[in-house]
Amino acid sequence: MIGATPQLKSARRRGELQGKLFQAFLYLSIAVGLVTLGTLVVQVVIRGVEFVDLVLLLESPSADPQIAGARPAILATIYLGLLLIAFTVPIGVGTAIYLEEYADKSRWYNRALEVNIQNLAGVPSIVYGILGLAFLVRGLGLGRVLLAGAMILTLLVLPIVIISAREAIRAVPDTIRQGAYALGATKWQVVSRQVLPAAVPGIATGSILALSRALGETAPLLLVGALTYVAFDPTLLGDFTALPVQIFQWTVRPQEDFKILAGAAIIVLLLILLTLNAFAIWIRNRYQRKW
Amino acid sequence: MATRDLLIGAEPVVRLRARRRRWSEDVIKGVLALCALLSVATTVGIVIALFQPAFEFFREVSIVDFLTGTEWTPLFDPQSFGVLPLIVGTISVTLWAAIVCIPFGLGAAIYLSEYARGRTRKILKPALEVLAGVPTVVYGYFALTFVTPLFRDIGLRVEIQNALAAGIVMGVMLIPTVASISEDAMSAVPRDLRDGAYALGSTRLQVATRIVVPSAISGIIASFVLAISRAVGETMIVLLAAGQLPNLTLDPSETIETMTAFIAATGQGDVPTGSIEYMTIFAVGATLFVMTLVMNLFSIRLVRRFREVYE
Repeated sequence: MIGATPQLKSARRRGELQGKLFQAFLYLSIAVGLVTLGTLVVQVVIRGVEFVDLVLLLESPSADPQIAGARPAILATIYLGLLLIAFTVPIGVGTAIYLEEYADKSRWYNRALEVNIQNLAGVPSIVYGILGLAFLVRGLGLGRVLLAGAMILTLLVLPIVIISAREAIRAVPDTIRQGAYALGATKWQVVSRQVLPAAVPGIATGSILALSRALGETAPLLLVGALTYVAFDPTLLGDFTALPVQIFQWTVRPQEDFKILAGAAIIVLLLILLTLNAFAIWIRNRYQRKW
Repeated sequence: MATRDLLIGAEPVVRLRARRRRWSEDVIKGVLALCALLSVATTVGIVIALFQPAFEFFREVSIVDFLTGTEWTPLFDPQSFGVLPLIVGTISVTLWAAIVCIPFGLGAAIYLSEYARGRTRKILKPALEVLAGVPTVVYGYFALTFVTPLFRDIGLRVEIQNALAAGIVMGVMLIPTVASISEDAMSAVPRDLRDGAYALGSTRLQVATRIVVPSAISGIIASFVLAISRAVGETMIVLLAAGQLPNLTLDPSETIETMTAFIAATGQGDVPTGSIEYMTIFAVGATLFVMTLVMNLFSIRLVRRFREVYE
């Protein structure tokens, strides 16, 4: 620095120091999350791995942690997943198509619909549990059954499916629609044969991520079902317990062995969710097109 | 306007409308609209499910006693229905969550948006998002079986279940919530503003803190509000790690109960339908719903504002 006065130099040095400190804080911000995540995974694996075995996968819960398994819970989680796909994808995609392709945005009710969906995405999950308790379990007299659980989880993740499906549909360029119209296609032909096929990767990714969110959800299931002790395989209209609920119930047991068992069940749950997420990312990278 | 007048005046050369209406197209539109209506039905259902029993509850318990009472013992004699201990418990946990997620979430957002290069960003962003994908019951387990024992090992006198561990773990969970919305807002700030500031000799720190953050402030605040709303509505972490003991205290080392934990604990049991104990679930649920609704609407508004400014 030619001709720089001493004051300027010291101001510059102070600026550099501040910049370094700030950058250190930014690194710390990223590290806090990642280190916690790493610690969580390592701690759960160290604690639970000794109980991850065929007993856990194939046996029913028991008062003796040595022979207790999570078979009914794992099965119920799989059933819930299948039901969720069957419920959320058609309804979610239908809503997204309506909002993106059909709804007249200048109408107040369509705008209200959008705000409503955004809002539903922020409603605490336990409130959905209350909804299920009031209407499905007690109101309809369905009882605390698997179907009620699936319906409530459907409502819970529907906003997420809708929002991601809308983004996928919006990403399809208008030229494709106009081209189809120019060839004489009707609106539904345009949507079903051009827009939807092009949006499938985005919709699939969003739906799988929503599914993985739903399968990890515990609070609403505590209200809609999920008994403490379910020793039989789940049926559609029978009592059930899901994997996260089983984890919760083992965690609150006083015996240390059950906490270890909960750790083992967490490993299974995380593996299921990790597989789903990896699958979603794979679909996105493999099929998604940049227009 | 001018083109429109022209068109109205002109006779169409070819009639471009379909000769007959295709009813199947209308049916399809109707079915799609029906799908969309389910979300409206959900909202209506939530409002009815919560407020109808809540009104019944307030016929028996005065709303003033409910909101100002300092004892919450609905399940034992003598019954008392002051919700303040649950609200204070919720605030206590939320406070600690906010202390963690606001600075670190914002820090992560600034790093990702202003400092990280392409490749680092591509790896770090999804890695951070994984935090949001871990089920909350797992965080609860982690807080209870690892964080609290860790606090005790380093000499903090905390109870087995305490607000501090629950709040801090929840804060870490919410870092991606704050980071991703804030980063969206910062990325929407036009490059010109940054370039202008650099041209005037600003440092990176100055550009980030005096240009980018103020320009994206509405989105950043929206992310804070949304994270706080999530913290208020979170159930499993507090149920496992903060406890089920209504306790009017902000002392983070003590066992407390939040609104959500009360709902989950009571709703699980076999409280008889229609009893006053059963209706407390809905009264507390309605309180929780209103609190989170106000925060969510506020943040949706703010997000919309920053989109309008720069798009």
